[in-house]
Amino acid sequence: MIRYDAIKRIVDSLKDELIVCNLGAPSRELYNISNRDENFYMLGSMGLASSIALGIAISKPERKIICIDGDGSILMNLGSLCTIANIVPNNFILIVIDNSSYGSTGDQKTYTGNKTRLEVIAKGAGFNSIIVINEKEQIQPTLENLKKGCHFVLIKTQPGNADVKNLPLLPEDIKERFIKAIFQKN
Amino acid sequence: MNVDIALYESIKTSGIDLILSLPCILLKGILEEIEKRQEIQNISLTREEEGVGIAAGAYLGGKTPAILMQNSGLGNSINAIKSLLQLYNIPVIFIMSHRGVEGEKILAQIPMGKLTPSLLDLLNIKKFIINSLDDIKIIKKAVDLSRKTKNSVGILLKRNLWRE
Repeated sequence: MIRYDAIKRIVDSLKDELIVCNLGAPSRELYNISNRDENFYMLGSMGLASSIALGIAISKPERKIICIDGDGSILMNLGSLCTIANIVPNNFILIVIDNSSYGSTGDQKTYTGNKTRLEVIAKGAGFNSIIVINEKEQIQPTLENLKKGCHFVLIKTQPGNADVKNLPLLPEDIKERFIKAIFQKN
Repeated sequence: MNVDIALYESIKTSGIDLILSLPCILLKGILEEIEKRQEIQNISLTREEEGVGIAAGAYLGGKTPAILMQNSGLGNSINAIKSLLQLYNIPVIFIMSHRGVEGEKILAQIPMGKLTPSLLDLLNIKKFIINSLDDIKIIKKAVDLSRKTKNSVGILLKRNLWRE
């Protein structure tokens, strides 16, 4: 399984969840698999996916928020795990697709391919619900069966990017349609 | 009137409804006031840049978030201000104690303290200086401007404010 396979299974589990997606290859892959108004594609500020998603989760407690983050990105903002685990939003799934590499910059290795274990860091940060997925068949049923709460889901994959086209969307357009999608469903 | 209470009231009436904070000794009183009142949610940050991300998300969700921090945190937030807030036109209110200038005893605060006003200019963030009790009312003006322009604003709280 590579990241693309994981994102595809995540999308298969979706209903009207709001998604914040990490920049670069993950956002491009999500866009090409399923371009929804409920997707917020990051274009810069690497590392902040989980923080942006937390901000949405606390301001819209009635909506379910999924963050699609990566190992390289979450390693840049490990403090966010502490904040999320202490705030404990009741509508939050933090998915980290861990391919042990900086995929968007040429698959350079991250520390998760060596000694670092993100699920252990999440536990230390204070997450109560931690799920590790190794097989792509497990992704959809696991996500569909998750109860309302604050979950850390680690999906272990191989490095590698799908050959997909760039995002044709402007930042302002991503924002405006996402805001509309947040408020439409109320 | 007590400075910290005046600051709190001004923050509240300006429409700020979420605070993301890291402490500074100058901000001790206002942080205590926020905790005591329990009217505005206050989330403690591990690093200021994280607050920029949370604030951006909260803005998308309809909130008017402010980051309450020491000016040193502006340095930790630069990339996120440019490649998240200003890229998407997401406004955030930065309320900063301005350390490293008048009357500063800690040497390490000085380089960033001196840089802060021109750094705000470089970042294209309009600055509002609060030197006295009387200045506190400009918080509302700053928040209104930020809403209108969809750009962040920087409010600098000077040490003098607490010496009155």
